[in-house]
Amino acid sequence: MTMNAQGRPTAAFAGESAGGEETVTGNRGLRIEEPLIFEQDSPGMTGVDLPAVPDAPLRLGTVRPRGRIGLPGLAEPQVVRHYTRLSQKNYAIDTGLYPLGSCTMKHNPRLNEKMARLPGFADLHPLQPQATVQGALELMDTLAHWLKTLTGMPAVTLAPAAGAHGEMCGMMAIRAALEHRGEGGRTRVLVPESAHGTNPATAAALGFTVDPVPGAPDGRVDAAALKAKLGSDVAGIMLTNPNTCGLFERDIRSIADAVHEAGAYFYCDGANFNAIVGRVRPADLGIDAMHINLHKTFSTPHGGGGPGSGPVVFSESLAPFVPVPFVVHGPDGLRLVEHAGGPDAGTAFGRMKAFHGQMGMFVRALAYILSHGADGLWQASGDAVLNANYVMARLGDVMTPSFDGPCMHECLFDDRFLKGTGVTTLDIAKALIDEGFHPMTMYFPLVVHGALLIEPTETESRAGLDQFVDTLRALAERARAGDAAAWFQAAPRLTPRRRLDETTAARKPVLRWKEGEGRAGP
Amino acid sequence: MRYLPLTEADRRAMLDAIGVRSVDDLFRDVPDAARRSGPVEGLPDHMGELEVERALGAMAAKNVPAGSVPSFLGGGAYRHHIPAAVDHLIQRGEFLTAYTPYQPEISQGTLQVLFEFQTQVALLTGMDVANASMYDGATACAEAVMMANRLTRRRKAILSGGLHPHYRDTTTTDARFIGFETVVLPPAPTGGEDIAALVDDGTACVVVQNPDVFGHVRDYTELADLCRARGALLIVVVTEAVSLGLLTPPGDMGADIVAAEGQSLGNPTGFGGPYVGLFAVKDKYVRQMPGRLCGQTVDADGRRGFVLTLSTREQHIRREKATSNICTNSGLCALAFSIHLSLLGEDGFRHLARLNHARAVRLADRLAGVPGVAVLNDAFFNEFTVRLTKPAAAVVDTLAGRGVLAGVPVSRLFAGEHEDLLLVAATETTTDSDMDALANGLAEVLR
Ligand SMILES: Cc1ncc(COP(=O)(O)O)c(C=O)c1O
Repeated sequence: MTMNAQGRPTAAFAGESAGGEETVTGNRGLRIEEPLIFEQDSPGMTGVDLPAVPDAPLRLGTVRPRGRIGLPGLAEPQVVRHYTRLSQKNYAIDTGLYPLGSCTMKHNPRLNEKMARLPGFADLHPLQPQATVQGALELMDTLAHWLKTLTGMPAVTLAPAAGAHGEMCGMMAIRAALEHRGEGGRTRVLVPESAHGTNPATAAALGFTVDPVPGAPDGRVDAAALKAKLGSDVAGIMLTNPNTCGLFERDIRSIADAVHEAGAYFYCDGANFNAIVGRVRPADLGIDAMHINLHKTFSTPHGGGGPGSGPVVFSESLAPFVPVPFVVHGPDGLRLVEHAGGPDAGTAFGRMKAFHGQMGMFVRALAYILSHGADGLWQASGDAVLNANYVMARLGDVMTPSFDGPCMHECLFDDRFLKGTGVTTLDIAKALIDEGFHPMTMYFPLVVHGALLIEPTETESRAGLDQFVDTLRALAERARAGDAAAWFQAAPRLTPRRRLDETTAARKPVLRWKEGEGRAGP
Repeated sequence: MRYLPLTEADRRAMLDAIGVRSVDDLFRDVPDAARRSGPVEGLPDHMGELEVERALGAMAAKNVPAGSVPSFLGGGAYRHHIPAAVDHLIQRGEFLTAYTPYQPEISQGTLQVLFEFQTQVALLTGMDVANASMYDGATACAEAVMMANRLTRRRKAILSGGLHPHYRDTTTTDARFIGFETVVLPPAPTGGEDIAALVDDGTACVVVQNPDVFGHVRDYTELADLCRARGALLIVVVTEAVSLGLLTPPGDMGADIVAAEGQSLGNPTGFGGPYVGLFAVKDKYVRQMPGRLCGQTVDADGRRGFVLTLSTREQHIRREKATSNICTNSGLCALAFSIHLSLLGEDGFRHLARLNHARAVRLADRLAGVPGVAVLNDAFFNEFTVRLTKPAAAVVDTLAGRGVLAGVPVSRLFAGEHEDLLLVAATETTTDSDMDALANGLAEVLR
């Protein structure tokens, strides 16, 4: 049990003692302990009835049919219950505010799910004759038109499977364009220190040297430092805008000009496009390539870690290098160009993945886009920015905003307000969990100490924001009142599991269940 | 707008609380030249649900769903029956609308699913460990090659001619820009290739596929031994996960890394995506793996729980030193895979694999009797190659006009090569009358 300094049980005490009460099963009412599926094996059982297999010889050549695999057998009701119970151990947008900065956890409309499941989309094979998939190509073409128009860019590839994959695609196009110009020797890529980890990881994977650019005191990239680093060996810059501090890069036009003057390209990480979609066209900022996370800006669900989709828009100078496949208009309707190096593929640089991109995500994103229309997207980005500024305004006196002035779709705080309290950013996050909220993004971006990055999105109501803000205010005040470190460190108390031992998990990795090893822990 | 809960009064009050006059004031950091005064022109305004359904429904109606006609398409994407419970469960909002499980205390559902998924993939492939998914089989293949480069400190990959051309091209695209060598063997639709002769001291890895893209089932045990002797890694690609219910798994043949496509379980063919890449390795290579890993641990009360682990390999911690730049992967598709496999269970999965094989054997025998058709495979799983007396693409187009999706012309995958070859797949969804339709159609068109 936890006491505060006065020896008085803290508010969580009640919860903790309730949690401590033994039950026969270990369950706590609606909170049910669910074993691994492998621990529920009923040998021989199956949840799928299939017709008998005719007794004919196998035609496997010299390859032997395999022996026992080790999968558990369960009937359908057990399987449905297993996954339903597991689902109930998850926080989700459907259950509450999910202010995970940079991740854009906005409402996922169910219409999008319904549309993606139309047999005319879901039940298409990627290699059907193209005459039988004209509607699918039309959908891709329509989405491409929206993305090009909203960004003002002349070309787009829909192929990349997520944001990081889009970064890879954009940087490959830059490399291809440089090689085409005979300047493949440009090896340096400038990446601000505030960048998301995927930016340096992408540049390094492609063999570029990552040259970090410091930030300025106002939370933007240090434009002077950036310009000073430009040179004939620089391939490009990777700049996020709005940036990971939730701020618009005011000097972006002059940065773009300087980059182009130096013969380099401007890659923009468009993960935060949701802040400006329908209001600012990246083409007007001088960008050469930018990925758009359909799973952020256009609300395709994150699904517990994907799938995503990361189309990349390109400027005139990079457009010729767009990878295959892409849709073209021909005499017999729409047609996919599928082979780089083929007669109609021009200087396409290659291929990013199998088939034609994340079609299921295209359908969802287009359903979202059509639902909003140009006017609704304008309103959505406006509300996203309004919500974030409202949260920042209401927390500014008890927490420490990292930078002055308005933010875009997310607001950044650092942990100065916790100084001397013994309470950390992590502790605040875990305490929020007990209050029924998903925490904000913690410790990212790296440019401020103990970052707390809050992105409410436009799909939260004012009442919902007020409740979140009031909770955070109370927690901040509690932390600052003193002697609260132990209480915070014990959070969360009311969750299916309390803080987990990540050190042991990494030191002695157990990455799978193994037969006969039994279960660890009670 | 139905997704935006703020009222005009809310907006007013919030602007007051912030201390600005309008939302536009909040955008004051945007350069004037780029700041628009109203919505982007030339695009339609918002629509209600009904109108969106009409617009997208009209596009969907222009397509021929593979399930509405006899279909024999494979070539890396396979149409299987997905039990109703799968789609129901993945649409639970707690799964569908959660993010990557960064806060384990409130993500034990997703995390336990991932732990179970990793275990299932390891069991299916016969490997020690698997990760929490990749984008698809092709990107998994390319990542496997890059992992082999890191492990061996060599920079040459030998790609079998039996490797799916999209996997090949994804890998060679990476090779071009990342800077490693690839030796690509020509397609060998009728049989073996002498890949072993090419493996030398500079070879990081050999990439083969089973069944290969022409449907041939192969035993790579000897090749694995040879690779080991030369210090090269063997990467086995699988594009039809159901085959793992019948064939000796890659792990038992001595594979070092398995890169596979998991679409066949739980996921519709969906015009090519999203799918789920499976990635499995031997224990000793774990720390060079790309992607997320879920591990078991205990919580503050000593109870078993799960967390994302070994993240010092990943971009958010390691930045430019990460093993891969992957972040978002295929979580929900992995869940669908996992649920489908859980429903099947040991017996059901093996049964499904045998059924697929039996349907394909029957189809091969049926087509072998059609004049103008020659079956090239002796050994196959649920897909094989036939040689036609006419160009396959034209035959496929003609039959599509008659309501039969006859298969994948090899020239579609191999940019115009092998125009007389057709890939034909059968699964548990293929009926006898489907087979009749194909056999009769081919007989007519080839006459
Ligand atoms: C700023 C930023 N860039 C890139 C990414 C990577 O996108 P994805 O996860 O879709 O690969 C993210 C996602 O978290 C991000 O927030």
